[in-house]
Amino acid sequence: MSDSVKTSDFDQAFRQEIFEEPGADKIALCFNCTGCSSGCPMTEQEAEYNIRKFLRMANLGMKEQLLNNPYIWYCTTCYKCQERCPQGVPNVDALLKIRTLAVENGIMLAPHKKVGQLVVKFGHAVPINDDTKEKRKKLGLEEVPPTVHRFSEALDEVKKLIKIAGFDEIVSEEEGGK
Amino acid sequence: MTKLSFFLGCIAPNRYPGIEIATQKTLEKLGVELEDLEGTSCCPAPGVFRSFDKTTWLALASRNITLSEELGDDILTICNGCFGSLTDANHMLKEDATLKSDVNKILSEIGREFKGTQDVRHIIEYLYQEIGAEKINEIVTNPLDLKVAVHYGCHLVKPSKERHLGSAENPTFFDELVEATGATSVDYQDKMACCGAGGGARTAVLETSLKLVDKKLDNMEAADVDCIVDACPFCHLQLDVGQTEIKNKFEKEHVMPVLHYSQLLGLAMGFSPEELGIDMNFTDTATLIEKLRGGAK
Repeated sequence: MSDSVKTSDFDQAFRQEIFEEPGADKIALCFNCTGCSSGCPMTEQEAEYNIRKFLRMANLGMKEQLLNNPYIWYCTTCYKCQERCPQGVPNVDALLKIRTLAVENGIMLAPHKKVGQLVVKFGHAVPINDDTKEKRKKLGLEEVPPTVHRFSEALDEVKKLIKIAGFDEIVSEEEGGK
Repeated sequence: MTKLSFFLGCIAPNRYPGIEIATQKTLEKLGVELEDLEGTSCCPAPGVFRSFDKTTWLALASRNITLSEELGDDILTICNGCFGSLTDANHMLKEDATLKSDVNKILSEIGREFKGTQDVRHIIEYLYQEIGAEKINEIVTNPLDLKVAVHYGCHLVKPSKERHLGSAENPTFFDELVEATGATSVDYQDKMACCGAGGGARTAVLETSLKLVDKKLDNMEAADVDCIVDACPFCHLQLDVGQTEIKNKFEKEHVMPVLHYSQLLGLAMGFSPEELGIDMNFTDTATLIEKLRGGAK
């Protein structure tokens, strides 16, 4: 069953924002062949995840419904649909743009914020732990890898870039949470 | 001797150091010198950080690339995520002068500049294109009597128009490298299917993400293989740790050893499973190690 939509809800400016992503204007060429969603490994497991529907919503300018749809975060970015689209729609790139606009509108999942905070703090999305330090030693590697983990001035550079981009505020608990 | 700067990423050095050391050992034997790329950060993860904020993603990715530009070596990645992130950022900045100048404005704050002089390589495509399966086969001293389920992982081959590695639907280059070690690459249902980890899905919706890898593991097991061979520490984590998570959440048992290609190649070059960290997986690899001890030709 689909919910009825009102044309007055359509936000043309939002559609244009999506179209800023290179190639995303090809969404308008979609003729609903369903090749994307029928081959999608995520749709197979979770029917509410439907890339075709999301891109159709983007094309109509259904900003609020789309950005608040929790399933836009289910895509694994496997690119299968993008490879196969007969109209050349860059599905994944467009979905990433939709997510970016969600983040700009203060919509972000808590676990994603946490990963973001790890990068802000350590420069790694998956920082080292004691168990791995032990494994590294056993293998004859230095306990701490020669990444930002070992060089504090390198980590300072990363932190500075993050600050300039404002990413620390995007993922902070106080800012933009929803 | 060819030189490459070795980009570690997050998961290999910080969870699976066996992949890091296996890469060092095997490439040395192949005459490739790996230089430490000191002070690198997260690539940063493409599906996640590019989703959140493109500027942050490009700034951090381009900083990593400038480190290799300083050394004057191309970058070697051992992870599909790092490969995708750094390749895509490198392409975008090389091709878009405005974007490059915007990013360089940010980089100038830390005294860096993206020049666009180096390429980003992935160990699998590098070995295939620069060394070749035939030469690898000649260097192998301990041909492996193993049946292997090859897992390419999505971002090694897709988006294909940026990867230039041929068909994304039915590629063979990785299988050829696996067979160069003496192992047999066994075909299985939905071989090119995603492991389910990428795009922030593993982080955000773990249970659903595990359903994808559970199906993948079922299909591999049905093909009666000895182990999985992958090309990406994140797929590796999903395939390996995923088995213990599936057991906890779905009460379903998989016992499938997972190897990165560098580890498989290391075995075929005569290194022991322990030297390559194959015993350090989260899923038990004892049966495979036993088979390798008794069964290596």
